[in-house]
Amino acid sequence: MARHDLIDQIIQAPDLQALEGLRVKLLGKSGEITAKLKSLGSMDPEARAAEAPKVHALREQITDAIAARKAALEDAELDRKLATERLDLSLPAPEMPQGTIHPVSQVMDELAEIFADLGFSVAEGPEIESQWYNFTALNMPENHPARAMQDTFYLEPREPGEEPFVLRTHTSPVQIRTMENLPPPIRIIAPGRVYRSDSDATHTPMFHQIEGLVIDRAITLGHLKWTLETFLKAFFERDDVAIRMRPSYFPFTEPSAEVDVGYSIVNGRRIVGGQEGWMEVLGSGMVHPRVISNCGLDPDEWQGFAFGTGVDRLAMLKYGMDDLRAFFDGDIRWLEHYGFGALDVPTLSGGVGA
Amino acid sequence: MKFTLSWLKDWLDTDADPATIADTLTNIGLEVEGIDNPAEALAPFKVARVLTAEKHPQADKLQVLTVDDGSGETIQVVCAAPNARAGMLGVFGPPGTYIPGTDMTLKIAAIRGVESRGMMCSARELQLGEDHTGIIELPGDAPVGMAYADYACLDDPVFEVNVTPNRPDCFGVDGFARDLAAVDIGHFKPKSYQAVEGVGEPEPKVIVEPDSGCYVFWRRLIRGVRNGPSPDWLQQRLKAVGLRPISALVDITNFFSIDQSRPLHVYDVKKLSGDIIVRRGRKGDKFLALNGKEYEPGPDDCVISDESGAIGLGGVIGGESTGVDDETIDVLLECAWFDPKAIAGTARRHAVQTDASSRFERGIDPAKLSSAIESAAQMIVDFCGGEMSEPRISGEFSPDGYPNRDNVYRYRPNRLGALAGVELPADEQAAILSRLEFFRLDPKDKESWLNEDQRQDALTQADCDSWFVRAPTWRPDIDGEADIVEEIARINGYDKIVATPLDRAPGVARSTATRSQLIERQMRRTAAARGLNEAITWSFISEKEAAAFGGSEWQLANPISEEMKVMRPSLLPGLIAAAQRNLNRGATAIRLFEIGRRYLGDTEHSTLTLLLTGDKQPRHWQWGGAQDYSAFDAKAEVLALLEAAGAPVASLQVFPDAGHPWHPGRSATLRLGPNTVVAAFGELHPKLVAEHDAPGGTVAAEIYIDAIPEPRATGRARPAYTPPALQPVTRDFAFIVPPDVPAENLARAIRGSDKAAIAKVRLFDRFEIPEGLSLAFEVLLQPKDKSFTDEQIGQISKHVVAAAEKLGARLRS
Repeated sequence: MARHDLIDQIIQAPDLQALEGLRVKLLGKSGEITAKLKSLGSMDPEARAAEAPKVHALREQITDAIAARKAALEDAELDRKLATERLDLSLPAPEMPQGTIHPVSQVMDELAEIFADLGFSVAEGPEIESQWYNFTALNMPENHPARAMQDTFYLEPREPGEEPFVLRTHTSPVQIRTMENLPPPIRIIAPGRVYRSDSDATHTPMFHQIEGLVIDRAITLGHLKWTLETFLKAFFERDDVAIRMRPSYFPFTEPSAEVDVGYSIVNGRRIVGGQEGWMEVLGSGMVHPRVISNCGLDPDEWQGFAFGTGVDRLAMLKYGMDDLRAFFDGDIRWLEHYGFGALDVPTLSGGVGA
Repeated sequence: MKFTLSWLKDWLDTDADPATIADTLTNIGLEVEGIDNPAEALAPFKVARVLTAEKHPQADKLQVLTVDDGSGETIQVVCAAPNARAGMLGVFGPPGTYIPGTDMTLKIAAIRGVESRGMMCSARELQLGEDHTGIIELPGDAPVGMAYADYACLDDPVFEVNVTPNRPDCFGVDGFARDLAAVDIGHFKPKSYQAVEGVGEPEPKVIVEPDSGCYVFWRRLIRGVRNGPSPDWLQQRLKAVGLRPISALVDITNFFSIDQSRPLHVYDVKKLSGDIIVRRGRKGDKFLALNGKEYEPGPDDCVISDESGAIGLGGVIGGESTGVDDETIDVLLECAWFDPKAIAGTARRHAVQTDASSRFERGIDPAKLSSAIESAAQMIVDFCGGEMSEPRISGEFSPDGYPNRDNVYRYRPNRLGALAGVELPADEQAAILSRLEFFRLDPKDKESWLNEDQRQDALTQADCDSWFVRAPTWRPDIDGEADIVEEIARINGYDKIVATPLDRAPGVARSTATRSQLIERQMRRTAAARGLNEAITWSFISEKEAAAFGGSEWQLANPISEEMKVMRPSLLPGLIAAAQRNLNRGATAIRLFEIGRRYLGDTEHSTLTLLLTGDKQPRHWQWGGAQDYSAFDAKAEVLALLEAAGAPVASLQVFPDAGHPWHPGRSATLRLGPNTVVAAFGELHPKLVAEHDAPGGTVAAEIYIDAIPEPRATGRARPAYTPPALQPVTRDFAFIVPPDVPAENLARAIRGSDKAAIAKVRLFDRFEIPEGLSLAFEVLLQPKDKSFTDEQIGQISKHVVAAAEKLGARLRS
């Protein structure tokens, strides 16, 4: 058969099977081209020299043609197959539920991160406290009018004659426990649950406070002011956070200061920053000498400052919640709205807000 | 504490405007919570004369008035007041005026067909009182057209101040005046009084028993009084600060309470029987107090009594039976000094807070006894007539003198900078102290000291840097050098405190979190990453909720409600209730967790509790119907969280039945060894589910964080990386197992049959057959130096089977 006829046959092979038939017929053991190659061996050298290049060229052309046709047929086959393989990828994928971190936990992590940079560690203490730690050691002896300032939950004595324990009304008992247990200098924050027996739109019988305590040799209200300014600027992530200290009274500090933070009104909401108005956020002061000596330290040698504020309140001011009661309801809709992602870990490099 | 600007000006010469006064008070520690000027709301109202009053043509009870409000126009007004009549003077509000008492703005309107262009107002409509029986009637000399607020002297701003408990002096108007004078907002004007001799003994006698809680009881009898309403100016002042005028005698005592924080009491002498004895309470004491409540004083209370028994709690509240009224002829005026601690105790025990008790418990200026008894008696005579008796004093202060007399402290001026961080020259500090009437005493000047021992002490401490400062008698709160620092710092202004950076340790900030804090953080974020929502629930629950957990060790003595009565022994009740609330709101999938404390008898235990209920998977096109949670979902969470906490998870053993609140057959504890329980998980007990109204299909887990052992410290570096050189091989084994053999025990036995060769055992199939259970395990064999030969693998298999057979298992053929 003429060369071009062979090539035509290959090009027109209708499918891979026919092409394989052609390949066997031409290039197989007893194929036509194979036979031609074999016949070269029996030729005399002259004839062979004249025929061999032609036969070899023919074989090459046939091989190439078959390969080309094979590729074309395979592509066509794949296209056919692909045309049948379809997924509606608009269908919903299985959902992975997203968990959340409670705003109080997130804010406590933020505070721990900020204060770690200022050298404060995190201290803890019991929530069921003796009256000594909650009141007396904090310079609130029995019948002190300040005891009436705080609506205290008392616990039933567990045995006759036991002095009733209280649910701590503030995180300040941790000051005492820390000073008793750690040698100064001391820098701690103490976040945790506290309890007061009142309940309305802005008060819940349980809420969260954070206490700060610095005990050293030459600490003044000036250090307190710097610490609070620095902390509030870092927490609210604004440089225009201004504070105002006002004289006040707490039995366990002297001198004492109430601290207001400046706010501005943006879209009808109070935003921390600026000085359009002031709101109370912190109680603070120099630790009362009697409190220091109650902890076994010499108030002539050691002095320092303490401050306390509401964690829930800080969360509300930063993240815009307006109802404290919702914090403790466990409503998944609220938790998903105000909660934080597992990986929103506050860091100094990444920012303490999320 | 409330007071008006005009009242303040009784004590202070000042031109300062109310805003400046308020800002100044706040800046010196007397936080002004608000200034309210009643005149602002009343600005449009004018004094007006009713010219004519005719019956309304369409209505019997209405009149049509014409009114002259000074504008020259004659205004027609429809009025329903029965007392409206031609010629009278009243208060007129033109159209457009907001009426505070009715919360409405006046419009020109036709009332029953007659146009009305304004309103003649009642006291209630202007919020000046309760009277609504008719319109306000003014005296005939009231100038028509004058602003009513000016005419009635209502243009008097009311300050409301949050007085801290350390400032008893600022429970009186004079205290504010003193502090304002100290910051140069004006000059303090002391009130003068005249000592009057009086006539005769004040009867009855008063006997103050020692240790009664009362130190001294000054008294004066005023005979022949006529008790009626007090003068307008006094009524107006009391009303402005929120007190109801009662009668001249009562109003006078209230006046002194507010004017100078000096509570007084008055008795109707004819209602007293026999002598007054001031003593401790006794069994059987009982009286009806002026607030309408009955009190039974105890042995810690100071009681005023007469022959009839208790007639008052001294310094707290008087008795109904001896109170003054319009018939009172002879009145006994009491001006006493009670022990602040005793008063605080009584007020707390009997849950009664009065204007008197809140002052006495903070400490009354003892130096005011004489001035107050004189000026109050004089005021009674001025308002009610009568004749004063001689004054008498019963009881006595301690031999050391009256309280707060020798309130002297050493003060070193350099402490201002050292504590408050404010630098102020010593002479300026001295000037502030003297403006506050804190006097510097010279230890060498014998005459200025009241207490010679104190002076001798001072002499030994005296050096050129030490001052000796006597606090005034009205400042019992001053209690040491730090208080004097505060006094100077606050008058100087806290705004002068200079922010000073704390020292910073060299280098990068150190880590500060404790191990337990880190564990909690890891678990919290792992739980959230696994799709759980963190909740915070109340630490207190109801007794009923606690009962299922063996009850609570801790009961609140004064719970806010039955739902919040005991400290939780478990976090589950709170989460169950939260889950139920969510379901009620339409949630279909609930995955909640909380990290908090359980309050047990010994101590508080940090715990992570999680609860899964509703749909584990919603219905889905790939797998069909919704899927429920099973105890194994709780197990998966527990293991993942324990892993995150760094617990030795591989060593944990499952012990069936987690006890009380759990389903006995579908719960377990995870333990390290037999005694250390680190977690419990499973289904809740059906009874608990029923009692708590918990959603069905709930699974839960508790992780006892404080039971997780501390891992051995190994430093940051990991052991060397030595992956096995050879490929592992797996072999599957299927056993028929008695139904009561836990799968984990079998897996452990298999693993233990050749610890060198078997790297891992994993159960991959389980089904029930008539003879028991079929459990199939995939066993991973890890060769060390050489690949296993067939003989070796055969040998290992024999060991595996033998180990399983010891537990009653039999290889399936």
